[in-house]
Parts: sequence; structure tokens; C-alpha cells
Amino acid sequence: MFILITGLLLGGTYALIALGLNLQYGVARIMNLANGELLVAGGFAAFWAYTAAQVSPVAALVLVAPIAFAVNWLIYRIMLQPLVSRAKSRGALEVDSILATFGMSFALVGIMTAVFGGGYFNYAYLSQPIDIFGSSYGQNRLVAFVLAAIIGLGLWLWLSYTRAGLRLRALAVNPNSARLVGIDTRAASAQAFALGGAITAVGGALISMFFTLDASVGVLFTMKALIIVIMGGVGDIRGTIVAAMILGICETAVARLIDPGLTLAAAYVLFLGILLFRPQGLFGKKPT
Amino acid sequence: MSAQEIGKVIPWALALVVAAFVPLMASPYWLSMATTMAMFVVLATSWALFSGPTHYISLATAAFFGVGTFVTGLGFQTLPFWMLPLIAAALGGILAALVGMVTLRLSGVYFVIFTLGLAELVRQVVTWVQNQTGQRGMYVLTSITEKDIYWMLLGLAALVYLAGWLIGRSKLGFALRIIGNDETVARHVGIDTAMAKVALFTIPGMAAAAVGAILAPRYIYIEPSTAFAPLLSFQVVIMALLGGTGRLWGPLAGVIPFTLLWEFITRQAPNQTLLLLGIVFLLIVYVLPGGFVGLWGRIRRRLHQGGGA
Repeated sequence: MFILITGLLLGGTYALIALGLNLQYGVARIMNLANGELLVAGGFAAFWAYTAAQVSPVAALVLVAPIAFAVNWLIYRIMLQPLVSRAKSRGALEVDSILATFGMSFALVGIMTAVFGGGYFNYAYLSQPIDIFGSSYGQNRLVAFVLAAIIGLGLWLWLSYTRAGLRLRALAVNPNSARLVGIDTRAASAQAFALGGAITAVGGALISMFFTLDASVGVLFTMKALIIVIMGGVGDIRGTIVAAMILGICETAVARLIDPGLTLAAAYVLFLGILLFRPQGLFGKKPT
Repeated sequence: MSAQEIGKVIPWALALVVAAFVPLMASPYWLSMATTMAMFVVLATSWALFSGPTHYISLATAAFFGVGTFVTGLGFQTLPFWMLPLIAAALGGILAALVGMVTLRLSGVYFVIFTLGLAELVRQVVTWVQNQTGQRGMYVLTSITEKDIYWMLLGLAALVYLAGWLIGRSKLGFALRIIGNDETVARHVGIDTAMAKVALFTIPGMAAAAVGAILAPRYIYIEPSTAFAPLLSFQVVIMALLGGTGRLWGPLAGVIPFTLLWEFITRQAPNQTLLLLGIVFLLIVYVLPGGFVGLWGRIRRRLHQGGGA
């Protein structure tokens, strides 16, 4: 039971991060490998707001989200749009965007190390325990989970029931056809990329409440988010959430029962199984 | 071999002979530099043999390399040293074939992601096994000098170039060029694309594991976190792409300037190496697509056009 609940709480935040990446990859078609660094940047922002100005991380989200949106929008417009325009095929764009975002990821790590130093950072916010079903959990984990669930639900409602959400879904299905029905694919892609980045940064701020981060830890989150996105299926919100929960529970179980040093190995074994048996994702249909 | 081909081989043979004399003349500092370069020449050239024609970006170098160092670490006391790179190469080839069979049927993104975490996966498992058996790092104390390491790497580099040259002439090389241009076409003309890619992927796997085995004595002390350091994979990718993967000599043209630059930055501003790596990545994508090889091609074309007009 302890493993199950801890895993679910962890999976909630993972789901949020992976949703951000899924918007960027599924809709904007950019495999963003700098995703984890933006997450760490979001965590840094929350840390800084809390230690320097005593602003609670929850309140800091109000600032983190729009800033991250703007930054990611600029990244897409300035750095990635030229690659989209010059790419001859989806494959060529994939290679270019992978290399470019790797570059960004290293540059960001370099900058963050220079600004914040190479040390670990964490802060104590709502670190009192709370009892659920006889075991105690950190309150901050619960708060992070609830916030992640609210944001995820909001995103799902927005995508499903608004006109702007419909545009993004059309773009996810087929960019060329989306243009035929009068969607400005450039603007919509930039929007999806920026929104994905904002969600990831918010996820980073939430994670920083209960997880010790450092400037170079981003790649670990990138990998986990990628695994979740592929496991859940590209562009599939429901699949992403289920996959994130599975990963959260699986990691917690391995860390508890076998060895905490094996969490990534556990994630990879899951990934391997998906690649072997369901490369189209948990709920994906077989390509015809 | 035609006369024209012999003409092409001679400069390479001469370069090899010159390179072989480096340890007799260079100071210890430059010998160590030359060894590092030789190591990256093997790694980047074998990387480009696979990734150049297929456009799959492999980040598995560190995993193969680490396996190689552990082969030496575990076996150097019981086995003669010359056997260790061979065993490492065999293991590296098997690991590469397994990874390839799982991921190379799918699109390039899956492959990148899987290889990105492979070194970390192997490192976690090795660390765990060491913890279980109560073993920590290993000392590799041998009588092998830096000169020996350099010569072995040089021999390995010659082998990699020979392999690249042979593949370029073979049916496999032809098949791979078609796959790189259009995989659907390749499948329609009856090429087993997955098998061709897996076969080719074993080459960087074997080469990187052998390099790891040869270099282990240089490190003296081996532990998982240094043997499987993921940075190595990225350095190899960047050197190969900086040089360009379109020609066999491309990675060499990337290794030499980048190793010197890296050394300079490491001494001047050790905290900024990652920033440098990021900037060079971005430079390659935005300014130098195709690397120095692509640049050279463009310059030559312009000269031709200028001469013709």
C-alpha cells in the first residue's frame, strides 16, 4: 500500500512533465531533449522565490508558468522554426531538432552551473508528515500531486472542449491537413511548444518541493518523460497519465524492494518491454 | 585494386607511418594528447560508419566503452593482455546487436532515447552487482605504457579505416546508402533494412569496447561512474558531426580541432566545458550542417563554378 500510494504521488508529477513533452513532440513535432533542463530551471525559480522572497512554491507557479511560456515561445520562434522550414522530411527535422535541443540542453546546464553553482539545492516547504491508510507521507508530495492533477485535468478539458484545443489536436493528427482547414500551423506549433514548456517548468517547480535537484539532473527527467511519452503513445493524454503512474509505482517498488540505485534501470526494463511488444504505445493502434 | 585506388591508399599509408613515429618524438604531454586523439579517431570514425549513412544518432559509445574497461579490469590478471580487446570487442558486438535488434526496427527517435540511457542502465546494474558482491572499484596495474596504448589504438584506427573502406565497396555499403536516402525504396528493392542496420551497428560497438579495453590501464583505477561516463558519447557525436560523416576522413577532421579546443577550455575554465559542448552542437546544426566535409564540398563547388565562368 505504501509503495502504491508513494508511486501514485510520484507518478502524478511525472505525468505533468510528460504531458509537457508530449505537447512539444506530439503537436509541435519537436523532440525536445532540453525538456529536463527547463524543468530544472522551473525548480530553480521556485527555490529562489522561496529562499529569497519567502514566496510559497504554489504561489510562485503563477509567475513560473507565464515566464516559461514566453521563453519557450521565443525558443521555438528563434531556434526551431528555421529548422522546421528547412527540413525536407519528418526524419530530417527529427535529427536536426534532436541535435539542436541537445545543444540547448548542454548550454543550459552550463549556464545554470555558472549561475547557481554545481551543488544540490532543496528547501523545506510543508515537510510535515500526513497520515493516509496508516502510513505517513510528506504533505508536499500530496500538494504537488493535487496541483499536478488539477493542471492536467485543466489541460485535458481545454484540449477537448475549446476551439484553440481543437486546433492543436488537428495539428497533432496531420499538419498538412490542418493547414487545409485554415489553421495557422506555425502559430499553433509555437503555441503548443510554449504551452508544453510552461507545463514542464511548472512540473519542475512542483518536483522541487520534495526532490533535491542540481544543475545537471535534467537529463534524467528528460529520459523518464521520453519513456512515459513513448509508453503512453505520442499525442495520447490518457496513455501518458497511465504510463506515468505505472512508471511511478514501478520505480518506487524497485527502490523500496531491491535497491534505490536501480530506478532508471527499472524504467528502462519497462521501456524495453514496450519497444518489444507495443512500440505504438499502450493504447495506440497498430499502424497499417 | 586499380591504379587510381592505389593512389588513394598511399597518402593514408604514409599518414599512418608518420603517426606511428609520434611517440618517439613527442613530449609526454603531447603523447598523452595524441593518445586521446587516437582514441577519439577510432570512436568517432566507427560511429560515423554507422550513423553517417543511416542518420541514426547513437549515444551508446559510453556503454560499449565501459564494458571494454571492465573486461580489462576483471581479466588482466588471468589472461594475456592481447586477448582482452578481442573479448571486449566480441562482447561489445553482442551488446550492440541486441540493442540494434530491439530498437533499429523502429524510428530514429526510439533509438536515440534508448542509447541515451544505455550507459546509465549498464552502470546502475554493474554498481548494483558490485554492491551485492561487496566489491568496489578495481585497480588495473600493468606494465603497459602510454606508448603501447597509443600504438594499439593506432592499429585499431587502421582497422576501422580498412573496415570503412571495405564496407564502402561492398553490397552492404551500397544497401546502406539506399537506406539513408529513402528507407521505403530500400525495402521495396528487397533490402532487409533492419538486418543491414543491425550488422553495421555492431562495428561501433566492437570498436568502442576494444578502445575501452585498451585504455583501461591508463586510468589505473576503474569504477562504474567513470567507466560509463555519458559525456563520452556526446563528445564522440560532436567530433564526428563537426568533421562530417559523408567521408571517411571527416571524423578525423573534427577530432583534432575539437580535442585541442576541449583541452584548452578544460584548463582555462573547467566549469564551462558543457557550455562549450552545447555551443558547438548548435553551431553544427545552424552554421555547419554536414560538418567540415560539407563545407569543403561547398568550397570546391564554388571554386569550380568560378573557374568555369
